[in-house]
Amino acid sequence: MRLEPRESVSFWLVLLAPVIAIAIAMILTSGLVMWTGESVSTAYAALFKGAFGSRFAIAETLTRATPLMLTGLAAAVAFRARFWNIGAEGQLYCGALAATFFGTGLIVLPPALMIPFLFIVGALAGGLALLLPVYLKSKLKVDEVVTTLLLNFVILLFVNYLLEGPWRDPMSMGWPQAAAIIDEGVLPRILAKSRLHMGFIVGIISAVLVWFVMRFTVWGYEIRAVGHNPSAATFAGISINLTVLRVALISGGLAGFAGVTEVTGLKGYLTLDLSPGFGYAGIAVAMLANLHPLGVIVSSIFLAGIYVGADAMSRSVNIPNYIADVLVAVSVLTVLVSLMMTQYRIRFR
Amino acid sequence: MSVLKINGVTKTFGSLVANDNISLKLDEGEVLALLGENGAGKTTLMNILFGHYVADAGEIEVYGAPLPPGATDAAIDAGVGMVHQHFTLADNLSVLENIILGTESLFAWKSDTARARAKLESLATEFGMKIDPDKLISELSIGERQRVEIMKVLYRDAKILILDEPTAVLTPQEVDHLFETLRAMVSRGLSIIFISHKLHEILNISDRVNVLRRGKMVGEILTKDADRDSLAQMMVGHEVSRPKVEHMAAGAPVVTLESVVVSGGRGDKPLLDNVSLSVHAHEIIGLAGVAGNGQSALGDLLSGLQPPSTGTIRIAGDAVDDHSPRAFIGLGIGRIPEDRHERGVVGDMSVWENLISENLREKPLWNFGRLINFNACREFSRNLIEQFDVRCKSMEMPAKQLSGGNMQKLILARTLQNNPQFILANQPVRGLDEGAIAAVHERLLSAKRNGAGILLVSEDLDELFALADKICVIYHGSISPPLPVRDVTIQDIGIMMAGDLAHGETLRPELAHGETSRTEGVA
Amino acid sequence: MIDLLEIFLTAGFWAATIRIACPLILGTIGELICERAGVLNLGIEGIMTAGAMSGWMWVYQGGDLWTGLMFAAFIGALFGLLHSQFTVYLGLSQHVSGIGITMLASALSFFVFRMMLPSSTTPPKIEPFQPIHVSGLSDLPFLGEAFFSHTPMTYFCFAIIPVVIYVLNRTPVGLAVRMAGENPMAIEAQGINVLTIRTCAVMAGSALMAVGGAYLTMSAFDAFYFGMINGRGWICVALVIFASWRPAKALLGALLFAGLDAMQVRAQQFAGAFIPYQFFLMLPYLLSIAAMVVMARQAKYPKALLTPFRRGERV
Repeated sequence: MRLEPRESVSFWLVLLAPVIAIAIAMILTSGLVMWTGESVSTAYAALFKGAFGSRFAIAETLTRATPLMLTGLAAAVAFRARFWNIGAEGQLYCGALAATFFGTGLIVLPPALMIPFLFIVGALAGGLALLLPVYLKSKLKVDEVVTTLLLNFVILLFVNYLLEGPWRDPMSMGWPQAAAIIDEGVLPRILAKSRLHMGFIVGIISAVLVWFVMRFTVWGYEIRAVGHNPSAATFAGISINLTVLRVALISGGLAGFAGVTEVTGLKGYLTLDLSPGFGYAGIAVAMLANLHPLGVIVSSIFLAGIYVGADAMSRSVNIPNYIADVLVAVSVLTVLVSLMMTQYRIRFR
Repeated sequence: MSVLKINGVTKTFGSLVANDNISLKLDEGEVLALLGENGAGKTTLMNILFGHYVADAGEIEVYGAPLPPGATDAAIDAGVGMVHQHFTLADNLSVLENIILGTESLFAWKSDTARARAKLESLATEFGMKIDPDKLISELSIGERQRVEIMKVLYRDAKILILDEPTAVLTPQEVDHLFETLRAMVSRGLSIIFISHKLHEILNISDRVNVLRRGKMVGEILTKDADRDSLAQMMVGHEVSRPKVEHMAAGAPVVTLESVVVSGGRGDKPLLDNVSLSVHAHEIIGLAGVAGNGQSALGDLLSGLQPPSTGTIRIAGDAVDDHSPRAFIGLGIGRIPEDRHERGVVGDMSVWENLISENLREKPLWNFGRLINFNACREFSRNLIEQFDVRCKSMEMPAKQLSGGNMQKLILARTLQNNPQFILANQPVRGLDEGAIAAVHERLLSAKRNGAGILLVSEDLDELFALADKICVIYHGSISPPLPVRDVTIQDIGIMMAGDLAHGETLRPELAHGETSRTEGVA
Repeated sequence: MIDLLEIFLTAGFWAATIRIACPLILGTIGELICERAGVLNLGIEGIMTAGAMSGWMWVYQGGDLWTGLMFAAFIGALFGLLHSQFTVYLGLSQHVSGIGITMLASALSFFVFRMMLPSSTTPPKIEPFQPIHVSGLSDLPFLGEAFFSHTPMTYFCFAIIPVVIYVLNRTPVGLAVRMAGENPMAIEAQGINVLTIRTCAVMAGSALMAVGGAYLTMSAFDAFYFGMINGRGWICVALVIFASWRPAKALLGALLFAGLDAMQVRAQQFAGAFIPYQFFLMLPYLLSIAAMVVMARQAKYPKALLTPFRRGERV
């Protein structure tokens, strides 16, 4: 068996590739479902119903999609430049920390100013979290995969410390959480009788902006060039260090946004379990979208549907909701292969 | 007696027919030259022989027995050994380890290094090649590395040796030494296939020549019946004429290096050692030298990638303070990189995106601060593609799909449209076919006519002597003062490339009237 | 300060160092083998989780400890095989495949665990490896408790190091593995299949990683819980760089690290009043980053690390 490069890549094939990947992932995961003894069709039906089967379900899915969209964008932008930012989880919490620090009474502004202000500080905090890994990579050639990953643990421990210590809300009845965001900073609901909040709109706008920058600006061109071939990009006069710094600030900033939306939109205050792995899931979102910012909108909603649906499914059928994580993980691997198939053709000798 | 017979071998890659019904034979004790320009299919044929590729049709017989296709171990067992064009050595491992790899069963509990050392000793004495088995490859010179490659093949008791462009990285003296070794092998019963596109070497070492052109075997001739012109004609298929230099009066200096040192070599040796060099307008200076003597550092220095540790670079008389590719491009420095795939183009981006890569930060290719003006960019690229004859299906196609020659034309287009006052041309025609070579050379000469000063770095001495006005040699980071081309011979350059840079001093016209032949023996 | 130094004089400290080092040793050596062959295996965190769960579950379901370890190794090798299919055979992004494997192995471990053991109030336990009592050695004062009262699995973790060093440096197959990470074309030119060598190396390395995870559930502790690996896999990746891809240095690095970790636990007792415990817990991760920074300048990467090998493809 040999791989032969394709001369031209059909646009539809590229669009279809993630869809095929997900389909295959669902087929493979159904094997796991069969092992549990449950019927595959019942299980997947319950999954779909829990995700998209009612107004409430759709609202929940879109709510869950909000942080996924932002961390997905964070990963997509970084991976485009081949900057392996696995630290979105920590950067998310940094954003949440900044929102809590400034948003629980320190500064009071009218909502039209307060909300953007919180997003800005959240983005700055997220970007700041990446400064050390970027510096280490640029100056000392230290691989950013491990540094961003390890920082996640450090940041989470720091949040743990703050919530159990100086930021602990005395009125929270023993549960470690911070004080509530003031009313001026809370994101308004955009759908009555649901938890869907303005963060979703922020996500969509962010996706469009990222797409615009990547496609139409010199910065986007440079990011793509650096991602494809750093040697040639440097040779042509593009500054790798500046480009990576830009990418890191954007990526970290987007992850920071995710933290802000969860604190000011969903929960209302900072808790330790603010993110059940959104940072890592963002990688899956980005891969499934082939790193395309607009595709991230679709794939984040899809993945959110899997998580929300699996929760609902686990209540009606005896399948642990970890099946969602299994399905997502398998999708990451299958999409890797299906995207390759858009570039290569298999030849059997 | 024929030790090797290749019958009707054909190999296709997609739409490209690399080998088209090729047949040849090799007799015992013979040196057969396989001649062809870059891309003719020589390496493909040898890869099929050695089992790296499987032919679509045809058979191969070694010592009378059919050779199973696609099996490198079967080829090795049959006595075929290949010295690859690009060395298959691991820098971080020792000579001994590189040689014994693959000679013992993978299930063995222990590597029998004692026996290996003994065998290497006896081979070294028999063929006159001294090597230190415990040195790391990274510590060896290029010539020594090639010796290790040859040792690898001899260690496996090869009877048929295939040498793929072995002299590309050697000094003329090292080439002589290699040929002596080959003759010693032949006298011991080995048979050799010598792949090359260098005519004078083929005339020197081979007994018979097979010529490949565009995948077909177009001719076979005994070496004693051949000469340079007839071989060149068979190789290319028509009259070969490469552009020749027209000497012009040099203008003002465009780039000057003053006592430049670039540190960072192994041990405490600098990569560039107190280099002073001046390139003038309307002038081509050729830089000869074996790979690994500082050319890369010089290339990085002049591309803006590496600032000097001490010393100054002057461009048009003004000292440079901003050492970055962007600054250098702005100052009128044109760069043709050594490795077009790695540095020259971003393969996954389109042809037009690559054509604008150096100019994107200048109006009118963008609007309103950062937005790309796609129309202007495409127009810009369209003009360049036409002007420089870059053949591509469309300018949207990924640059990596361009052929070598067209990719080089793309790079030339991008570089030359800025009307640079200085051009660094680093191995500009490596791997290109004759047609592309002529086109590239023509462009360089025309740039020179228009006032550019060019530093031509090349491993091909023929190219340097054909194009350059003056020639200098780099060795261990030092560069000899440029000498007019008509005052030196290839032998002189060879002596300097091997280390005797001072040899050039004795060739200055004021000192050497008429005494131009040097008969010094070289190690 | 004296109290801090006194920690070194307690046998318990040294015993703890050895226990903490074991999973790090196996994980680091496992990753080292993969990387020497040219493949970055970011699936280590998930593979260690899978090893921890599967070895433990084997014993919980009635198997014995040693076959449980073999099962854990087997599961690790399976994930290694999967990772190789994507990265070695198909030449896809080693980073993404590795992260996908970590996600998959972790998710599958948690899923299977929850499926086979629906939550109960008391966490289920097994009978783990017991420390062996060597008459004479184990009774020595101080040394006995520090070094000679460990479980057989602990001794295995240390015994594996000379074996790996020997195989890598003195056997033909070890040479082939090292060459695969430096210049795979050299192997191909000898008629040996690069893909096979790399795949076997990744599988072997992954098996070791899984056993390293199993150490936690079968020797150090006796139960499996979610998030148990807690970043140890990533720390091992950092330690491989710190060890310059050499097994002996990897042992040193793991011991150094484990010692600092053991120290940190005990230091909490002294300084816990002044410094919140979370900051002590941060130390291992910050130290790993520091370890990478220290070695970054001199990093002698295997030359072909992260470069896939595509056979017969026209360049």
